[in-house]
Amino acid sequence: MDFNENFILGCSAIGAGLAVIAGIGPGIGQGIAAGHAAAAVGRNPGAKSDITTTMLLGQAVAETTGLYGLVIALLLLFVKPLLP
Amino acid sequence: MANGIMLSADNIDFMIHGVFSYDFFGHKVWITTTHVCMLIVLLLIIGFAVAANRAMKRATEVPGAFQNVVELVVEMLDKMVKAAMGKHALKFANYIGSIFIFILICNFSGLLGLRPPTADYGVTLPLGLITFTLIHFNKFKHKKVKGVIRELCDPWPFWAPINLISYVAVPISLSLRLFANVLSGVVIMALVYGLMSFLAIGWPAVLHVYFDLFSGAIQTYVFCMLTMTYVSDAIGDD
Repeated sequence: MDFNENFILGCSAIGAGLAVIAGIGPGIGQGIAAGHAAAAVGRNPGAKSDITTTMLLGQAVAETTGLYGLVIALLLLFVKPLLP
Repeated sequence: MANGIMLSADNIDFMIHGVFSYDFFGHKVWITTTHVCMLIVLLLIIGFAVAANRAMKRATEVPGAFQNVVELVVEMLDKMVKAAMGKHALKFANYIGSIFIFILICNFSGLLGLRPPTADYGVTLPLGLITFTLIHFNKFKHKKVKGVIRELCDPWPFWAPINLISYVAVPISLSLRLFANVLSGVVIMALVYGLMSFLAIGWPAVLHVYFDLFSGAIQTYVFCMLTMTYVSDAIGDD
């Protein structure tokens, strides 16, 4: 069975869309981190700057998995590795 | 045909372009926009460094405006490294400060209308590999071969392949994080300017503040912070 170019490009586009669903995980994770940071600031307002730094560092690390999905989507859309 | 489907609007442009190519021992080597933008960034940094050097040679007891700025930057970077690495900070403060300034100016260069050099995987992967080298050099230096082998076989000896994979994953995840964050900003700015060019008056400045300034600064901080954490982890309690 052979597929023509348009079929492969269309499937690549669907795959790219599915890959970006990876953004759900980091969204939840960053929200949890921000919520706990807000609670921590409420408990100990003096440590606000330390808490903010730690929160941003943790969020940036949590974001990585979502960005892997973005990289896969961009590869599928612009590098088109599946085309023969 | 292949491009026509993906990009119906021709004015979306965030890819790296070749400026000119030359023949290097039979290989065709392209000088790309990344090289040009990085050269501009490097000239900026070198100019700042030369000016800072001159200012510090003629340093006065009561600092002038420029001397004040230079002292502020150096003190801030030293404080950051000292907070993360403790007593080993002195040896790494120069390197961490250099890459901090380099990545920061690279990320900010989107404000000047350049394509940020860090949105090219060929720039961030070497940065990740330098971190990888630093980690393992310091590991061998401070824990000796015996300690490295013991750490490799941490819970059980047959766990070694998984530990090896986790070592290799460090530079890849470090470089991909920086690359993908900057690239996502570049893509969104290109979409705004390309698809909504008739609407994009003034308000994209807000997006620039988020994607170039905020995100760029955060990712710079994260890259340096993770490098320092990994290296001080490799040094151990020694």
